[in-house]
Amino acid sequence: MASEHEEEVRVLGKWASPFTHRVVLTLKLKGVAYKYFEEDFANKSDDLLKYNPVYKMVPVLIHNGNSLPESLVIVQYIDDTWTNNPLLPQDPYERALACFWLKTLDDKILPAVWNACWSDGRDKAVEEGLESLKILQEALNGKRFFGGETIGMVDIAASFIGYWVDILQEIEGLELLTIEKFPKLYKWSQEFVNHPVIKETLPPRDKLFAFFKASASKNKDSTA
Amino acid sequence: MADEVVLLDFWPSPFGMRIRIALAEKGIKYEYKEEDLRNKSPLLLQSNPVHKKIPVLIHNGKPICESLIVVQYIEDVWSNRNPLLPSDPYHRAQARFWADYVDKKVYDLGRKIWTSKGEEQEAAKKEFVEALKLLEEQLGDKTYFGGDNVGFVDIALVPFYTWFKAYETFGNFNIESECPKFIAWVKRCLQKESVSKSLPDPHKVYEFVVEIRKRIGIE
Repeated sequence: MASEHEEEVRVLGKWASPFTHRVVLTLKLKGVAYKYFEEDFANKSDDLLKYNPVYKMVPVLIHNGNSLPESLVIVQYIDDTWTNNPLLPQDPYERALACFWLKTLDDKILPAVWNACWSDGRDKAVEEGLESLKILQEALNGKRFFGGETIGMVDIAASFIGYWVDILQEIEGLELLTIEKFPKLYKWSQEFVNHPVIKETLPPRDKLFAFFKASASKNKDSTA
Repeated sequence: MADEVVLLDFWPSPFGMRIRIALAEKGIKYEYKEEDLRNKSPLLLQSNPVHKKIPVLIHNGKPICESLIVVQYIEDVWSNRNPLLPSDPYHRAQARFWADYVDKKVYDLGRKIWTSKGEEQEAAKKEFVEALKLLEEQLGDKTYFGGDNVGFVDIALVPFYTWFKAYETFGNFNIESECPKFIAWVKRCLQKESVSKSLPDPHKVYEFVVEIRKRIGIE
């Protein structure tokens, strides 16, 4: 492994994005130093277009000149490269299960919960969001974190549920992730946001609130 | 102790085909169970309660779902023969990225081509060809995406070739004339027994698609 002064790690991201957060949190948990660059989507940087020509989205990781897009690809790469504090189980079956939850989060759970947040309380969207939260709570299976006693990759990937959902549901006046509806998942979210390393990486609540409230109003105006 | 390996599958599924190829590459004996998707078995529903979908690999009674995750699992467990992923973390990550790209683009666009008409279909065809061209670029001069032998991306992608006759007929276009390098790569893959024995006849897949279109009322 290259010594510290030879490593050059850069992250292109957006501060409000839970996907960017996954990458930042993973690097912090591994103790890897990195430089962060905030992308402006109205004016995408040359680096973004060069390092993610396929999707032109953030986050992007650039390690010693090698670039990778897609947050789940990036966090697995970080785990493979910096092998201290492993974030995925060593056992192949347990690892496959964790990867299943990573994929299910991105393919099913996060889209359903996101839609529920912006649905204006439409029954079907809210129902699907709640169903997804139920599935996620079952995946937790009574553990403190998805990773067991300590934070693992599924916890990192679920940061949207752990932190962002609470803010969005307040903005929209919805009750999705509550202690009454999902006591175990709610408890996990509190462990998540109070974890000593995680809480330093989370974007400030009031800034996120203002950011999403503004984009909610903009969306409502454009559809009115 | 002998391993017990069962694959719950559906013969035209490109996702199931991926696992068949991986198992063949590793020389693993397994029991193939054909599922009737209109009448899913209790074993399937119990093995994949979240999505209730095939394919599912059951290894010594433990189920693993999602085709690319299963291929990765097969690689992790039977790691001593025919590696399917590079050992270098960056190249491994790139393989995962391109396999994910296949998942995001090829299946959905292909499906749009045989289920839609008019402008929607034209747009899907255009995007589909662009995706194949991008994959051709990634292949470059290599024999396979995996280099000298089929790897993760080859396995993720080649099954969709069995659906090309359906896409071409209903989309009224010719894929080989648009992407000759792609088809040349397919032909090289098909020379491998692990691939050719795992894929159904594209004519049979085409007939299957004709049936489904009738059933769901597309004309």
